[in-house]
Amino acid sequence: MTMLLENIKLAFTSLLANKMRALLTMLGIIIGIASVIAIMTVGDSLIIYISEEMNSMGANNIMVSLQPRTDDDNFFSTMMSAATMDQEISEDDMITIEMLEELNNQHKDEIKAITIYDYQGSGQVSKVKDYANVSVYGVSAGYFASQELDYVAGRLFNAHDFDEARPVAIVSTVVVDNLFEGDAEKAVGSQIEAFVNGKYSEYTIVGVYDYMVQNMATMMMSAYEISTEMLIPYKTSVNQTHNTDISNLYVVAKTGVDSDLLAKKIERFFEGYYRDNKDYKVVAYNMQSMVEMVGNMIGVVTTAISIVAAIALIVGGIGVMNIMLVSITERTREIGTRKALGATNSSIRTQFIVEAIIICLIGGTIGVIVGILGGECAAMILGYPATPSISGIIISLIFSMITGVFFGYYPANKAAKMNPIDALRYE
Amino acid sequence: MEDTIIKLENIVKKFYIGKPNELEILHGISLEVKKGEFVSIVGPSGSGKSTLMNLIGVLDRPTEGSYVLDGIDVSKAQDKELSAIRNKKIGFVFQTYNLISRTNALKNVELPMLYAGVPAEERHKRAKELLELVEMSDRAKHLPEELSGGQKQRVAIARAMANNPAILLADEPTGALDSQTGRLVMDLFHKLNKEKGITIVLITHSMELAEETGRIITIKDGNITSQAEGGKA
Repeated sequence: MTMLLENIKLAFTSLLANKMRALLTMLGIIIGIASVIAIMTVGDSLIIYISEEMNSMGANNIMVSLQPRTDDDNFFSTMMSAATMDQEISEDDMITIEMLEELNNQHKDEIKAITIYDYQGSGQVSKVKDYANVSVYGVSAGYFASQELDYVAGRLFNAHDFDEARPVAIVSTVVVDNLFEGDAEKAVGSQIEAFVNGKYSEYTIVGVYDYMVQNMATMMMSAYEISTEMLIPYKTSVNQTHNTDISNLYVVAKTGVDSDLLAKKIERFFEGYYRDNKDYKVVAYNMQSMVEMVGNMIGVVTTAISIVAAIALIVGGIGVMNIMLVSITERTREIGTRKALGATNSSIRTQFIVEAIIICLIGGTIGVIVGILGGECAAMILGYPATPSISGIIISLIFSMITGVFFGYYPANKAAKMNPIDALRYE
Repeated sequence: MEDTIIKLENIVKKFYIGKPNELEILHGISLEVKKGEFVSIVGPSGSGKSTLMNLIGVLDRPTEGSYVLDGIDVSKAQDKELSAIRNKKIGFVFQTYNLISRTNALKNVELPMLYAGVPAEERHKRAKELLELVEMSDRAKHLPEELSGGQKQRVAIARAMANNPAILLADEPTGALDSQTGRLVMDLFHKLNKEKGITIVLITHSMELAEETGRIITIKDGNITSQAEGGKA
């Protein structure tokens, strides 16, 4: 034990004697570990963030969307096609209200609500001379079952609002801040004017929800720059846009219903309509399986980068081995002296292996710190909270220690086997 | 005899055994050194002096013959046993001091005790005492590079004494020093020999230094050619 402590102290003194060399030697290890940690931090944070996001949407939510028929059947192509769909889909291919009514009838016991929404576009709402940026969504009754928004004032839309297509709106606290000096109570019942897609429309505010800052980018924006969601009843929206086509919707499963199974049933249901459609099909994902899919994707990326990092670590390890061989040659006389003073082969070997481990561990620790900082920066830029990967940190440190033992053994053994007479005579 | 500390019998040392260039350096040397003696081994370079020193210091094993050091037959010992014998029975003093450059004088003196497994506190205490003995207490925290040649050699002698060895084996200890500091080092050896009764084997090529010792062993071409009484000791 004292021997080990002495060896550790010794390793530090010999590293301090050659700071620049030690740092350069560590560089490979630092880069290897830092990249693993950074990627794992980004990956883990992303998974946690997405899980939370999706859970806030509700674990019982099933996302149903129209998707071009491709062989590539995964979540990302769904997202991609959903983003680009508006122009491409002809009216004949669209999901219709009738289909949804039929779906609701067939699975009455499992479906709590069906949400359709109509994205009108972005624009501004204004009152006298103040304004706020908004994205206007027409939503159906089921929306409030699928989204967990934090309401601070007023009410939700009621049946009359939906059925009669009343000009009412639910706005965010950002709008209230800009237009009503933050007084939500005053905002409720007030008239505002929205300018979207080149048209002016008047709305009465009935409810206010709390807008939560999403990411770094919006945190730095002024209240006038942020665009928040403004909700209006679905029919109100359709009356303006005359767009009755549906390409995306949410189905909310009743509590206790297996939403995975329901998603499959929904797909089967729509297959009845789309069996003969060569271009499109309807896919349904429940949020849980989406989270899993994202997790798998990130897992693949993490593994790939970890392999690259492992290669960097091996290269770093060879660097350590190289410098240890140089160091041992330089210290041949010291080794000879130690042997003359009674050091056994194994104590010499331990001394140099410990030195190699210390190099790798310091490199690994610096790498972990650099990696966490890098990961946090990346997460900040991407706009979600960073969560350093604890398992990643532990694995990295263990791995760098193993690197030290592995690449330190050969030089250390070479030192241990030196003939003391030759070593003492070495110039 | 009980007070015999080194007993070499018919020591033969060959190199490159079984190869065409096989070389016999020592041709059957027999030698005894008694406890408390101060002997010197002299001889020209190439005489086998260094080889003999390596054998006495158990850095090497003889090809033939037996070597009993302080009652232990070391001629057949394994590497690990040789390390332990070097650690406990022999104190080396080198021409070039061979202090560990990155650690201070005190740590250098502690080193043999570290390998012997002496607890830290005891190690520390003994190292301080030894530095006092060689009058280097005030330089305990200095690194070797901050010490003069004579001071380094005194630290090296303190280190050699660390584990109470059976013999001090000094290889040209004044070879790298000027005559004045060399004198101080030799005086220290005499003091240790007289006051502490330490057995000292001095290897040198200087007859002048050898004259100071109790017995001069002359070696030439791998044989002991003469053993004579020295002057002072």
